Amino acid sequence: MTSNMTETKIVTKDITLIQAINDGMKTVLERDETTLILGEDVGKNGGVFRATDGLQEIFGDDRVIDTPLSESGIIGTSIGLAVNGMKPIAEIQFMGFIYPAYDQIMTHASRIRMRTMGRFSVPMVIRAPYGAGVRAPEIHSDSAESLFTHMPGIKVVCPATPYDAKGLLIAAVEDPDPVLYMEPMHSYRSFREEVPTDYYTIEIGKGKRRIEGEDVTLITWGAMVPLVEKVAKQAKENGISCEVIDLRTLYPIDEGLIAESVKKTGRAVVIHEAPRTGGLGNDIVSIINDTSFLYLKAPIERVTGFDVPVPFSSLENHYLPTPERILKGIEKVINF
Amino acid sequence: MVESFPMKKVIDDQGNLVMASERELIDQDLVQTAYYHMYRIRTFDKKAKSLQRQGRIGTYPPFEGQEAAQVGSALALGEEDWLFPTYRDHGAMLTFGANMTRTFLYWNGRLEGCVPPDGKRIFPAAVPIATQLLHATGASWAEKRKGTKNIAIAYFGDGATSEGDFHEGLNFASVFQTPTIFFNQNNGYAISVPFERQMNSKTIAQKGIAYEIPSVRVDGNDFFAVYFEMQKAVNRARNGEGPTLIEAVTWRTGAHTTADDPTKYRPKELGQDIVDPIVRFERFMKNEGFWDEDFAANIHQEVEKEIEAAVKEMESYPKANVEDIFDHVFAELPNQLANQKDTYLQLLRGK
Repeated sequence: MTSNMTETKIVTKDITLIQAINDGMKTVLERDETTLILGEDVGKNGGVFRATDGLQEIFGDDRVIDTPLSESGIIGTSIGLAVNGMKPIAEIQFMGFIYPAYDQIMTHASRIRMRTMGRFSVPMVIRAPYGAGVRAPEIHSDSAESLFTHMPGIKVVCPATPYDAKGLLIAAVEDPDPVLYMEPMHSYRSFREEVPTDYYTIEIGKGKRRIEGEDVTLITWGAMVPLVEKVAKQAKENGISCEVIDLRTLYPIDEGLIAESVKKTGRAVVIHEAPRTGGLGNDIVSIINDTSFLYLKAPIERVTGFDVPVPFSSLENHYLPTPERILKGIEKVINF
Repeated sequence: MVESFPMKKVIDDQGNLVMASERELIDQDLVQTAYYHMYRIRTFDKKAKSLQRQGRIGTYPPFEGQEAAQVGSALALGEEDWLFPTYRDHGAMLTFGANMTRTFLYWNGRLEGCVPPDGKRIFPAAVPIATQLLHATGASWAEKRKGTKNIAIAYFGDGATSEGDFHEGLNFASVFQTPTIFFNQNNGYAISVPFERQMNSKTIAQKGIAYEIPSVRVDGNDFFAVYFEMQKAVNRARNGEGPTLIEAVTWRTGAHTTADDPTKYRPKELGQDIVDPIVRFERFMKNEGFWDEDFAANIHQEVEKEIEAAVKEMESYPKANVEDIFDHVFAELPNQLANQKDTYLQLLRGK
């Protein structure tokens, strides 16, 4: 804190990640009248996860809008609203349900600015709970980030903690371009954190070093972050010092943070739950290759989901990276 | 069902007024404006085909035969309204105020072709099918939220009604009672697939029933029928009475695009009996005493001049700027994209 700042006490609340998302939306709805929420069951029901709980009561049903069950409809009309001065926050109930809207996102939301040389733009946020491990029915557990990081013209963020969830949500709403905001369903209520009650933002495009370490860099995001932190602590007991990087934004990715860390440790393990082939892990390996190749002491390891549809709940834990698989990856790069 | 949606006509193929009640709505100014625009976009369309054959522009989808539908609809719009076209609606766009040079530029592969004149709310042509119905619904919904009387029109073809977004667009517009006009040009064919294979329904207008959206079937080659039904829909939308579905039955005289050969799939004799919408309009002008040789000659000359000037301007336009492929993807260039741009530009500059 600099000396010329008057000391103001930041008021915080101890809340879960889903409460932080709710609080972030409440903050933007209060600050900006053009902000709208659209989605299936977001109004009266407050969302199937309660992400929008209570918001319709405060802001009315013309700002927190229950839409028909129609993903392409939600995204397509949000594009029209956004082009014409509104700031829609469109909820896709589960990321696995985003596919009917893929055409609208790929062929319109992400390229209207380019096609019109900036005359029209689509400042909208698409919220989508993602990820496995909560014993949800099939199709409810997909991690489809690579479909969108590969899509030019849209940003992709994925908070791991309540604090980041609120700050990134507000930043996403204020961003002049479309932002896919992936919510780690698994972390919705698994832990709490002190979160400022007021407005603040987390810069899109900036990752965060969660744990400082010397021997190996563990790079991950979203629901994998708490797991990887836990594994880092286990590894510490075995004398391996892990640095944990939480990317927070998946596009544009914080290349500087990755490079800085890998140059220090000389080793990296990338952990994500999406399928391996075409996964974002491969881009991270490429970034390390481009920026830090000569610092590497071992080939980079990837610990990821398999190239299979997310298994039904009885087997989904075999799909997700486990502490054992992550530890094995760490040992492999340490013992190379 | 077809009986419930009789095709509305104001003038017949011979240019005779068949709906006498509409006569008082027709004055010299309307007739001349309509004729001017139809003649103008027809000439534009012919020029575009010719330029494509000479290799001076790229693949082009002609709209010849659909001039009454495009002009009749676009002329009913107000300055502040929104227009969401397909790639075959440059006639409507030009009528609504799109820039002709830029329209040629679009078909010559230039981004500038998607940028409307300042203040003009013309969206770039939708290339995917039916997606724009949702954009029109959303944009007009925003107008309703702002408390204006502005509306949006979405253009689409018969094939588009088979897409999911057709349903989602009409349903949203119906549920939220948005001021949207769904303007269908049923031109008989979606590339090679005829209307009968596109749907078993006999009309497109009847699809409005499912959404409780007022709908109407008009002779799309009859300028007045299109224009007057459009006016009714526009007024309803402006007065908060929600969306309308209009089926304008017309005919694609030519190919799907300059890369297409309709003789492969469309019997030659089909459409032979269809009277060209501009011929029909001229007959009406002559029948009703609106025809004026000098006026027509002036217009023909004026349009020729405008088109020649636009082609010249298109061909002497500054070269496409390679930086444009990077600079408009986001409001602010992200680092990794900035790096790709710098690396490529250095290569181009021989560094």
